[in-house]
Amino acid sequence: MTVPATLDIRPSSLSPDAAALLGRVVLIVLIAGALTAVDPGFASVSNLLNMLRQASLLFLVASGLTLVIIGGGLDLSVGANLTLSACLAAAAIKTTGNPWYGVAVAIGAGTLIGFANGLMINRLRLPPFLATFGMLWVAQGIAYWFMAGQTIYGMPMSFRYFGTGFFLGVPLPIWITLMVCLACSILLHRTTFGRETYFMGANQTTALLSGVPVERRRLLLYVLSGLTAGIASLVYLARLNAAEPGIGEPLLLPAIAAVLVGGTSLFGGNGNIVGTVLGAILLTIIVNGLNLLNVAATWHPFVNGAVVLVAIIADLVISRRRSGSR
Amino acid sequence: MSVTTSLQGKSGIGQFLSAIPGAGILLILMLALFTIVNPRFVSQTNLINVGLQTSLLLMIALPMTLIILTEGLDLSAGALVGLSGVIVAEALLAGWGVFAACTATLAVSIAFGALNGVLVAYLALPAFVVTLGTMGLMQGIALVLTNGDPVGGFTPAIEIFYRSQLWFIPLPIAIAAALYAALWLLLYRTRLGNYVIAIGGNKDALRLAGIRANLVHLAVYVLGSAIIGLSAVLLIGRTNSAHPTVGIGMEFEAIAAVVLGGTSFEKGQGWLFGAVLGALAITVLRNGLNILSIDSSLQVVCIGILLILALLIDQARKQFVRRAT
Repeated sequence: MTVPATLDIRPSSLSPDAAALLGRVVLIVLIAGALTAVDPGFASVSNLLNMLRQASLLFLVASGLTLVIIGGGLDLSVGANLTLSACLAAAAIKTTGNPWYGVAVAIGAGTLIGFANGLMINRLRLPPFLATFGMLWVAQGIAYWFMAGQTIYGMPMSFRYFGTGFFLGVPLPIWITLMVCLACSILLHRTTFGRETYFMGANQTTALLSGVPVERRRLLLYVLSGLTAGIASLVYLARLNAAEPGIGEPLLLPAIAAVLVGGTSLFGGNGNIVGTVLGAILLTIIVNGLNLLNVAATWHPFVNGAVVLVAIIADLVISRRRSGSR
Repeated sequence: MSVTTSLQGKSGIGQFLSAIPGAGILLILMLALFTIVNPRFVSQTNLINVGLQTSLLLMIALPMTLIILTEGLDLSAGALVGLSGVIVAEALLAGWGVFAACTATLAVSIAFGALNGVLVAYLALPAFVVTLGTMGLMQGIALVLTNGDPVGGFTPAIEIFYRSQLWFIPLPIAIAAALYAALWLLLYRTRLGNYVIAIGGNKDALRLAGIRANLVHLAVYVLGSAIIGLSAVLLIGRTNSAHPTVGIGMEFEAIAAVVLGGTSFEKGQGWLFGAVLGALAITVLRNGLNILSIDSSLQVVCIGILLILALLIDQARKQFVRRAT
């Protein structure tokens, strides 16, 4: 496993990163153009907004994951975290009738799962993929047990506004995405924590020797990943208007694909949050396009897997070229 | 150095005892507990049941041990079990012979093992993401082939094979034992086995020693996938049907068994017998919880707790040993 020899702690995401982001925008426009040629209905405002709303759900799951991966870790439990948080929140809203209890429960559960992940990695010295993979099954198991085969549906209108409402003509999930994206951006590029995250991801030993409190920073990263999964679970619940234990699991592969397609390196120390937004949009367009071309939904896992494989190979080629040219 | 430490585990009774991982201690505790709670636990039928379940889990956990010894991981194992079962079932339904169907499954398994192996060994990509990606591919193909529905109604030959016995031993248990013996010989009695352990210890050193380390690394993934794919034949024999998503989660239990057994993800440190201990511990836990009629989704949570307990015990023991020396 090669760690990039150079430290990328630029305060802003310009220069080569900006070029890479622009390349992704062009790719999105090209695919969108091709799909519009196949079906003019694709470019309608309602379809585009609908797609952005879908992409924002994916982005919310992938946002905290991006931070973790930049810091040199991995969180495989985001999908299961979303499932459990959504199920618990739905139960809380149903029993109390007050949406705010649901918000508190989802955020609390999500954060707690992230905290447990960080604790396992720090204290038991488990590799991140193993600890979070174990958490995936534990959270999933709790969700299945808690729901006992039931589906909780019918959320109050005031709560559903989170997922289906509009503000200034734009769906609310897109506003939430913009806020989370802005917060992550500030965190990554304008704070010491952000610089230390890139530093840790590029070379953990050097970071530790340079006085970065690696364990505390790592714990915070996993807590943030859990937090965004909790936020995503609320938007999901509000949009689906139902919670059942199968909702989160199919999200793990697309979330990882969105992060990698967005240009965040799996090897850590590289990447940014805007890339993940574009990655999420790109993945959503691909799925939307497959539906447009009448490809059955059973193909989705195959496509997501293929995208992940292509993205890591591309990531490898790019990082080798980078380290070769310097 | 790591080569010698991992080889030491099998010489001398004292060293053997000191090497019993947390899983061994927990296994004994669980056996005692479940026997006290419900004596039915040690009935002959139940013990044979535990043996059958353990041997199915071992069919995945043993090859997984080899893969983890190379500092790798195979998250696609469960999806491969599902896909292989579907291929056998569909081939049998299409009128193929049992041998031809198994050969087709073997070919597909080897192809996916080679894909994993090339990406991990030659391109040095992280195994957990590579196999996550191929997991998606395999799951997708299994779903597309079956449209998400279970496949049944094929020749009962597979079920008869699963239920047959070698002398008085159920065939799956005999197969798992034979597999253990074969992999033990491979790992501890051949040069190739030394190379496998050395890949986890220091792949560069192995390459500098003139060994084609990448090829050995690739071979581990191919061999692992071939075994995992064929194990699906036993699995569809048990239920006499193939389900595209039946394998999902099996990779978790297999990895948990290996980790429970004390095999580490670093430096090729581990031992094959640990997987047996780990698989037994998981099966006993599940079986005991079944007898206590605890929900199967909560059983998964209990496996997680068992894993953490075993790791804590191992950590405490290491500290104790360090203090003693």
